[in-house]
Amino acid sequence: MKVTLQNLTKIYPSRSKKESKGVVAVNDFNIEIADGQLVGLLGPSGCGKSTMLNLLSGLQKPTGGKILFDGDDVTNLPPENRGVGLVFQSYALYPHLTVKQNITFPLENRRGKDKLSKDEMNSMALEAAKLVQIESLMDRKPGELSGGQQQRVAIARAIVKKPRILLLDEPLSNLDARLRLQTREEIRRIQRSTGITTVFVTHDQEEAMSISDLIIVMKDGVLQQVGKPQEVYDNPGNLFVAKFLGTPPVNTFDGYVKDGGLYIGEERVLDAAGVEDCDVNVAIRPEGFEINPQSAFTCTVDRVEVMGRDISIVSTHEFSHNPLVRSIIGSENVNDVTEGNVKFDVKKNKTCIFRKDTDERIFF
Amino acid sequence: MKNNDLKGWLYLLPAIIFLGVFLVYPLIDVFIYSFEEGYNFASGTYSGVGGFNFAYVLRDPYFLQALKNTLILVVITVPASTALALLISVGLSSIKALKNLFQTVYFLPYVTNTLAVGLVFMILFKQTPYTNGFVNIVLGFFGVAPIDFIGGPYWAKMLVLCLYTIWVVIPFKIIVLTGAIASVNPIYYNAAKVDGTSRWRVFTKITLPMISPTVFYLIITGFIGAFKAYSDAVALFGTDLNASEMNTIVGYIYDMLYGNSGGYPSFASAAAVILFVIVLTITCINLLVSKKHVHY
Repeated sequence: MKVTLQNLTKIYPSRSKKESKGVVAVNDFNIEIADGQLVGLLGPSGCGKSTMLNLLSGLQKPTGGKILFDGDDVTNLPPENRGVGLVFQSYALYPHLTVKQNITFPLENRRGKDKLSKDEMNSMALEAAKLVQIESLMDRKPGELSGGQQQRVAIARAIVKKPRILLLDEPLSNLDARLRLQTREEIRRIQRSTGITTVFVTHDQEEAMSISDLIIVMKDGVLQQVGKPQEVYDNPGNLFVAKFLGTPPVNTFDGYVKDGGLYIGEERVLDAAGVEDCDVNVAIRPEGFEINPQSAFTCTVDRVEVMGRDISIVSTHEFSHNPLVRSIIGSENVNDVTEGNVKFDVKKNKTCIFRKDTDERIFF
Repeated sequence: MKNNDLKGWLYLLPAIIFLGVFLVYPLIDVFIYSFEEGYNFASGTYSGVGGFNFAYVLRDPYFLQALKNTLILVVITVPASTALALLISVGLSSIKALKNLFQTVYFLPYVTNTLAVGLVFMILFKQTPYTNGFVNIVLGFFGVAPIDFIGGPYWAKMLVLCLYTIWVVIPFKIIVLTGAIASVNPIYYNAAKVDGTSRWRVFTKITLPMISPTVFYLIITGFIGAFKAYSDAVALFGTDLNASEMNTIVGYIYDMLYGNSGGYPSFASAAAVILFVIVLTITCINLLVSKKHVHY
């Protein structure tokens, strides 16, 4: 199902009377999500991601704007009429019901002509349970399951009613690191096999990038960028997106453009022909460095971290925003790194510059 | 370790002394009295040991009347007051405006003196030479002949006693239940909402199981409280409850000890032991039933 958001806005009224302005949790969102996509809604905590999800599910009403499902305006529809499946961050499994009863719960709600027979419900529940591989746990209570199993039950309960859209709120946040890797593959698999348009919320960019068809980056309720993960990573629209995506994070520096060259301090790092002179923020991905003793860009080595396949040179630079500059280079270069200074070539396609005054990306 | 043990017992000592002197010792004493025939407080003597006290009490028409009254009271007021309190609590939990006002209003009977409440019921129900009572006046509008609720037929008196009891016990239940309902994590309601669950199903499938331990607590204490009813009957029908056929088991025990027919501690003790056995049995049944229906 195609999801369209038009000028979607949610403002929470302020509690104190002195502050008349409320909190803008979602600010003028315009997005189109194609049918059958797995979408990662990404942003730091408190940026309005969960509000977004609640707006999509219908648990909250937007202050302004519209939500369209396949072109139908659902903005004022209550959740039960939208056909949404929602997996809560804490799963919200009913503790007094067995796994099977939890999964059939949404089906039992159907009345009138949609009413299902016991057999139909059982077979649908079993189908959903098989999809998430919990068919052997049907008679247990949620309290007797591990976190990962509870997660699967919650997903089964959300998909058993064949929703038009599946929403997952921080689906991996309550799992340990190993299970997280496994579960995110699982979510991808379940989404592929059901073909349900799925939106999941996360603050973990790695999680979002690894499985999403599309990622939506937001900050303080404002849409920052929408795109395929690799596109957004390679071409961040602003400094925030550049910083937010990627592990280890991007290295950022104070720089300026002068006479068709990009400078960090006194060092001319790259050519920037045709760019007018201005102060810029320079973002260089860790993999955007190459050791070259003839180069101009000089860092002071702090330490070298060996990771097997490649090494990470942790160094310092006067104009870096962060105390440390992290560069990742092939491990065959490990002998080129010595105490003291190291000189790098900077790869142009791994470098982005943003105007200091407007945060506007400058292409060069 | 040894020292710690000593300290622990020291801390427990006040409670142990008080409970021992005022609870455990009298309990045992009552049990002994109940088997001593014709015990006399003044002289401390008795004529024999055996089950005569029980046989007498169980054949005493006053006791049987009291037993019947108490059972009717229990069977009607415990389910009715719990169900009503549940209804009111759910209502209170789903309104926003004036919630605090209503909570206070519903709690008022709890902080009101039993006899003061009795006075209110007198105004509502009692016939005097000047008026038939408020309820009769209202019933009169519908063409119902005046009923003497306080001194009239048995069913009318029982109705007033049940209403009175329900009215007195409901506030506490409401307070406890609203607290329990408020502590249910709202995320379950959101989950139910997304799945389009009807309000009735939300109540029976989510709210009720989630607060079942509290409901169960109220039912158990409700049963025990109703079996111990006495002051309510006194407030409505005066102290001579045998004459008005409105006595309760506790009232019977009191009468046997101090009332007009007083001075029979052995019979009183036997009645007390019978009451204890009934309450114990009912509570055990409750516990057994709850295992199936209460979700902790």
